[in-house]
Amino acid sequence: MSNLLTIKGLKIQGRSDEAWNPIINGVDLELKKGEVLGLIGESGAGKSTIGLAAMGYTRDGVRISDGSVEFDGIDLIGASAAVKRGLLGKRIAYVAQSAAASFNPAHKLIDQHTEAPVQHGVSARSESTKDGIELYRKLRLPNPDEIGFRYPHQVSGGQLQRAMTAMAMSCRPDLIIFDEPTTALDVTTQIEVLASIREIVEEFDTAAIYITHDLAVVAQMADKIKVLLRGDEVEEADTRTMLSAPKKDYTKSLWAVREFQRPEKAPIADGSVPVVSVRGVTAAYGTTDVLHDVSFDIHAGRTVAVVGESGSGKSTTARCITGLLPPRMGEIAFDGQPLPLDYRKRTKDQLRQAQMIYQIADTALNPRQTIGQIIGRPVEFYSGLKGVKKRERVNELLDQIELEPSKYFNRLPSELSGGQKQRIGIARALAAEPKFIICDEVTSALDQLVAEGILRLLADLQDKLGLSYMFITHDLATVKSIADEVVVMKDGKVVEQGPKTQVFTPPHHAYTDLLLSSVPEMDPDWLNNLLTERGVDNIGDAAVGKM
Amino acid sequence: MTGFVVVIVVLFGGAFAFRLAGQTLTSNAPKFRDMSYGGAFGYVLAAALFIWAVWFYFQPKVLDTGFPNAGVVFFRWAVQGLIIASIAAFLFRLFGQLVGTAGTRKLFRSMPLTAAFGVLVILTYAFVAVFAGAIAPHGQAEIFSAANVVAGGDPALGGDPAFPLGTDQIGRDILSRLIYGAQNTVGIAFVTTCLAFFVGGSLGFLAATLRGWLDQLLSRGVDVLMAIPSLIFALLLMTIASVWAAELGVPLTIFMIFIIALIDSTRVYRLARAVGQNIVVMDYIEAAKLRGEGLGYLVFKEILPNAMAPLLAEFGLRFCFVFLTIASLSFLGVGIQPPLADWGTMVRDLAPFINFAAFAPTAAVAPLLAAGAIALLTVGVNFVVDWMLHKSSGLKE
Repeated sequence: MSNLLTIKGLKIQGRSDEAWNPIINGVDLELKKGEVLGLIGESGAGKSTIGLAAMGYTRDGVRISDGSVEFDGIDLIGASAAVKRGLLGKRIAYVAQSAAASFNPAHKLIDQHTEAPVQHGVSARSESTKDGIELYRKLRLPNPDEIGFRYPHQVSGGQLQRAMTAMAMSCRPDLIIFDEPTTALDVTTQIEVLASIREIVEEFDTAAIYITHDLAVVAQMADKIKVLLRGDEVEEADTRTMLSAPKKDYTKSLWAVREFQRPEKAPIADGSVPVVSVRGVTAAYGTTDVLHDVSFDIHAGRTVAVVGESGSGKSTTARCITGLLPPRMGEIAFDGQPLPLDYRKRTKDQLRQAQMIYQIADTALNPRQTIGQIIGRPVEFYSGLKGVKKRERVNELLDQIELEPSKYFNRLPSELSGGQKQRIGIARALAAEPKFIICDEVTSALDQLVAEGILRLLADLQDKLGLSYMFITHDLATVKSIADEVVVMKDGKVVEQGPKTQVFTPPHHAYTDLLLSSVPEMDPDWLNNLLTERGVDNIGDAAVGKM
Repeated sequence: MTGFVVVIVVLFGGAFAFRLAGQTLTSNAPKFRDMSYGGAFGYVLAAALFIWAVWFYFQPKVLDTGFPNAGVVFFRWAVQGLIIASIAAFLFRLFGQLVGTAGTRKLFRSMPLTAAFGVLVILTYAFVAVFAGAIAPHGQAEIFSAANVVAGGDPALGGDPAFPLGTDQIGRDILSRLIYGAQNTVGIAFVTTCLAFFVGGSLGFLAATLRGWLDQLLSRGVDVLMAIPSLIFALLLMTIASVWAAELGVPLTIFMIFIIALIDSTRVYRLARAVGQNIVVMDYIEAAKLRGEGLGYLVFKEILPNAMAPLLAEFGLRFCFVFLTIASLSFLGVGIQPPLADWGTMVRDLAPFINFAAFAPTAAVAPLLAAGAIALLTVGVNFVVDWMLHKSSGLKE
């Protein structure tokens, strides 16, 4: 059988600093009809660039400098705009990472769905509408007859992602490029999207390129996997071979990431006073309660992981503890002493004791301040150190986060990588010499290798400095590696809490069970087994949402 | 009419032929292959306009009837001015690229020609304004016996070499008044803009940070002020102020600075508040708040540096608007008072000469000189602002 897509010696360059710099250095790729190729690698590896190049397209400021892209015998690089117009949308489709940002908010879903088939003359609007509803049904969207007539903002993120997959399918293309379609979704929603994408790709015998940085996801979706590193191919193999016997060291290191595990700590002594104690906190935005009677303790030198889907109230709990959102009822105590609920009423020392590390380091660091200023400010603010002494303290902090002081002191955040920025966020929190740090999804925006480095750093710092962490995350793999105790939240309530081993050993609360079983595993059969176990028809929103 | 139709038909046909020829000659290079018909029409139209411009430029300056051909004369001046400006900007940029510190050299290398022209204009105006007293050949209020001397300095045409740009209707040297006008108009505009930015900017950031009733109070107040047409509002307040100025013995110009600064600060407030609101939701502001930082630190150390790019761009535009408002008020007679030289007043006083344009282009130049000085600075500032906006948006991408 001949190849549907053949990419040979693809070289792509990007323009920066008035010069063309290589992004992709000669990648080959072959895809047969009905085959799914997983492209994985860290951010900056060139996954998306290759995905777009497979459509003969490059982003602004990027050019294909060498190589060929051939789709079903047509050379896409040299093709005229008219030829490409005929292919894109009709025979090659693209599903973007953020469906919410990719749908036009001014048009109904079905109108956007029928646009491509009508434009390409594949089918009439009425036929295509009918087909769209049929596809929605196949993708197990709730109310398939009616959902298409809604606007994008009236539909949830996971449903939008499926509607976008349906849209890509509208002309029955031969090739679909999925660019991280589930990265922005919760684990429980991710499963629905994964299952429906896989089913529909199989049903129509569509070839696909599946781009992701999540190995467990790619294991479920792909027939073969290609690993990329900084624009070079590391290796390519059949999924099962790749998972069981990776050849290259880099691939092995990727596979090993999830093995980081902290030793279990001794149980907490009876009668010890918790560092932070949250008692019966109920909080509201406006008049709507979003937290209901939340209580838990965080003890010295311990990590309490707060898990749950988006909207479950994890971050709101953090806002209550920091005092940004004074709770309506309840109490927050620090070392046994109740804290004023509003941060403005807390003393400087109370503020110093509790620090926060944010999810997105880009917005957490002032882009116009140098690293020295960012870390130096809390040092000066709390301890009053100035001049040489302040500089020494900042250097010490930079050493602690494993960044070379002389090299980074005068840099701006924009000159650092994602992982380095997150380390600066940690250093800023440490600069206040706190007892307690809230980590709000600190690793979820990072690549797995980098995230692991951050987790190890946080664990080391805890051992050295005796810090307590409240670790907010939706990623259970992270919880397994770093937490001592777990608090499971849903709809603003604590569903289950206790030591990690207790929460993670059956019997679980039904919701904990759902969360745990939804975490993809590095086993190609995992999704199949799970679907059989749950019963294929029960996977829709009805089952997940109402549990 | 038929000529017009013929030209249109030729252009449309030419566009088609141009694209076809391009495709055949380059054996279907992507540039011609993917060229739309509209694009081809644009190229042909531009070429036709260029040919017409060259033809028009070389028309005789004097008509058979003995009258000057005013259109050609003004067109030649415009083209010559454009060429001189381009060359000056190019040389200025070249100079900047070769001289100075590594930082400024890099800045000049990344500068488009338009921005170089803008910077050159602004520097020139600043220089002239600061050293007006030393540069101007005569005083701004000095009256000579020869009134209405025509510009150009050619006695045969009614000029006088002592007054290269002529004299006005009561015999003051126009060149000197232009130079002093830079000092008065630009200087006052600069002070006014700074004041407007200080007031509007700090209140805007304060409203964005504190929100609540203060924000409501300030914003609604600003809405009320903005609901009144600004020029009419300024005129109204200036009329009231002229009474007070006489009573208190304070120059009217001081009142004008405050009035225009107040009116323009509402626009700055709006911008500063909008930009500030986008910044205060950032996590680094939250981190600073949770650290226990005071309001002053938040506004000046955390918010202001991040709002610098849009504010600077707005400063350039606002400066032009303030400057035009002052010129307008002076033109209406309530702005900068004689005998101080001011470009707005100069345009008003010499405006009747524009009627002579068709017969004596050099005589009509008198009001255009001041108007041109205003236009040139406005264009120059806008070029620089465009460049800065482009740079700052490029950084964010």
